[in-house]
Amino acid sequence: MSEEGSSTPKVRIYVMGKEYKVPIGLTIMKAMEYIGYRFIRGCGCRGGFCGACATVYRIKGDYKLKMDLACQKVVEDGMYLVQIPFAPAEKKVYDIKKLKPSGNVLLEYYPELAKCVSCNTCTKACPQDLEVMDFVQAAIKGDIKEVAELSFDCIQCGLCAIRCPMGIVPYYPALLARRLYGRYIAPRSKHLRERIKEIEEGKFDAEMERYTRMTVEELKKEYLRTREEIEQ
Amino acid sequence: MKKMKMVRGYPEYMRESIELVEKTRDERLKHTFKDTYRFLTLEEREDVLKKWHPDYKEEMKRPLKIGPNKGDKVPHEVADLLEAHPLVNPDDIDLSHVDYDADILIIGSGGAGLAAALWASYSGIDPGDILIATKLRLGDANSKMSQAGIQAADRPQDSPILHYLDIMGAGHFVNDRELVKTLVMEAPFIIKWLEELGVMFDKEPDGTMVEDLIGGLCRFRVHCCRDYTGLEIMRNLMDDVLNLGIPVVEFSPAIELIMDEYGQVAGAVLWNMETEEYYVARAKSTVLATGGFGRLHIQGYATTNHYGSTADGLVLAYRVGAKMRDMDSVQYHPTGAAYPEAIVGLLCTAKLRGRGAQPVNKYGEVFVNPLEPRDVEAAMIIRECYGKNNGVETPTGMRGVWLDTPMIDIINGEGTIEKAFPAMFRQFKRQGIDMRVDPILVFPTLHYQNGGIVINVRTETGVPGLFAAGEVTGGVHGKNRLVGNSWMELMVFGRRAGIYAAERAKKAKLGKLTLDHVSKYEKMLEEAGVRTDRRSPMVLPNYKGERAISHALHIL
Repeated sequence: MSEEGSSTPKVRIYVMGKEYKVPIGLTIMKAMEYIGYRFIRGCGCRGGFCGACATVYRIKGDYKLKMDLACQKVVEDGMYLVQIPFAPAEKKVYDIKKLKPSGNVLLEYYPELAKCVSCNTCTKACPQDLEVMDFVQAAIKGDIKEVAELSFDCIQCGLCAIRCPMGIVPYYPALLARRLYGRYIAPRSKHLRERIKEIEEGKFDAEMERYTRMTVEELKKEYLRTREEIEQ
Repeated sequence: MKKMKMVRGYPEYMRESIELVEKTRDERLKHTFKDTYRFLTLEEREDVLKKWHPDYKEEMKRPLKIGPNKGDKVPHEVADLLEAHPLVNPDDIDLSHVDYDADILIIGSGGAGLAAALWASYSGIDPGDILIATKLRLGDANSKMSQAGIQAADRPQDSPILHYLDIMGAGHFVNDRELVKTLVMEAPFIIKWLEELGVMFDKEPDGTMVEDLIGGLCRFRVHCCRDYTGLEIMRNLMDDVLNLGIPVVEFSPAIELIMDEYGQVAGAVLWNMETEEYYVARAKSTVLATGGFGRLHIQGYATTNHYGSTADGLVLAYRVGAKMRDMDSVQYHPTGAAYPEAIVGLLCTAKLRGRGAQPVNKYGEVFVNPLEPRDVEAAMIIRECYGKNNGVETPTGMRGVWLDTPMIDIINGEGTIEKAFPAMFRQFKRQGIDMRVDPILVFPTLHYQNGGIVINVRTETGVPGLFAAGEVTGGVHGKNRLVGNSWMELMVFGRRAGIYAAERAKKAKLGKLTLDHVSKYEKMLEEAGVRTDRRSPMVLPNYKGERAISHALHIL
């Protein structure tokens, strides 16, 4: 692309109102870097996993305000955009070991959940396309499992929180719900505990000692032998 | 790039090759992975690696001119950072003014750093006496991007011994055996700890862990949380760091370690990138958990890595005399996205292959067994594209092979991709590609720093007061890491770093702070005849202008 230089088709974008031309096909993040920005805020994993690069934009001629991740969304002609460097929100403090996954622990820690007016603005804001309002409603009902499942792909980018007219921060109660689910509700793994018991009883110690003392040639032989027995 | 006709996310010309992939699919589905393509012998592995793996290109490395690893060959990109002037002029720092005084300073807030913080606190250090300094936000790290999972031999059909053998074999048998032994024996305990924190591992209704068998393994052993494993574990760790009230200084990378008059590491100089101020952080124990070097783009490769993966910790540790190992060894993940431009280099998780997606060339032919270790599979893909010219060329001149993702739903049932790979599915859907219907184009991408700072099982670096854990260290993986072992390494050795740093902090006495080692390093550079205006650590990569765009590799 670069070798074709000026013949590369370009699109017009407006970064905080200022006009630039950038090559087509770039993400918002790469386009801003192409222009000359060097990020400190608003850039993290660059792969859609960390939620650092929440971005708000409109396309010229369309009244709708849109939201996405700068590292994933490809620039479009007429896009005017701004990054949201930080979403103010308060995470409550708790000791997960002392909580119970019953009653409505979510409402207890985050009573503002009850203010939800079901406007669905949070869902529309979510760049992960999660059913945010549904898990807010499930949280109000105390359905921890439902909150945990529906919110699982949340990257805490903050866009739902800054759009909620009632000031709800959906991702913190969701985080609490997932931890409660993982710790108290999900079935515990039996085979894991059996293996731990075996290790504690020293079942593998002698064999491990033997392997750590093997020559490289002996190890190679063992390695190749076990390649014959790969599980299906 | 001319505007071209697109069909369901791909340029029309690629469709011809996709049709060939579809044509051979039924036949390929008749075979299991194990007999899909024969395994290479150890000699054949060496042969393909020597010819095609980037690590074996001697001209891409050079011997270091100074320091504890003087004479050892490392990639030019690493040598450039180690043979560079410090960012800090010692005269600009007032060491008598201490901004943060801690028992334990943890540099970096990925998995290793957070595990160290939590276990230091469990070991009796007051949370307020721990300090986490991090370059970007709390938790900004490669750890969060990990998809496939975390290894622990906890099934009855498996054992720590088999886990040990898999690691040693993949690592070319040069791994630090004590570190490997520690990892495999402690792994099940770590899974239990994480389960009790609240990590939502994928499980069967009876609690049996869902585990995958992926390249280089001989058993199903990789635990996962959909394909957001790293994110899910990080969310739990970050939450408890905040619940415990452990202080975190964000946007303040460490740019130099501080020593004391007795030759101990005694903290670090932090740089507040936003206010452009230095902070002096003093600590009795310092834990380096700064991660790896993907953003150095070694040999021009695109990377899966986080924005902050710039080898800062390596530079800092080297200047205080810590020794490194296996720094000639770089992991290129076999399957990075090769198309479209917006996501070039990003990870297409190994778990895709674990669940049945097969790499095939432009004719739809199998050319590698997907259960080979990563370095071997990466070399085979590079050979297929550049040696045999059986790759598909992208509009930006990159090449790739197909990863036949539609096989996943055919083998495991409809809906598997959406359920088990929401991150992957979402990533391609955003680019107009439906990976349930069409294959995705992949090529090796710079993924992991196999080597790093030498540590012992107590995570001591040999420099008093300095501990290290995670990707910044070397030894566990030898010359090639296996899937799911990086996360276990973060946990096993991050935990140990917290425990042993706490043990030391309880009795250590610090003397007068100094940056003399920085001036000495300058002198070493001069004596070795290094004339350069380079400065390091890099802190953040620079992607201004054309650097923002992925470029075709010059492999031949």
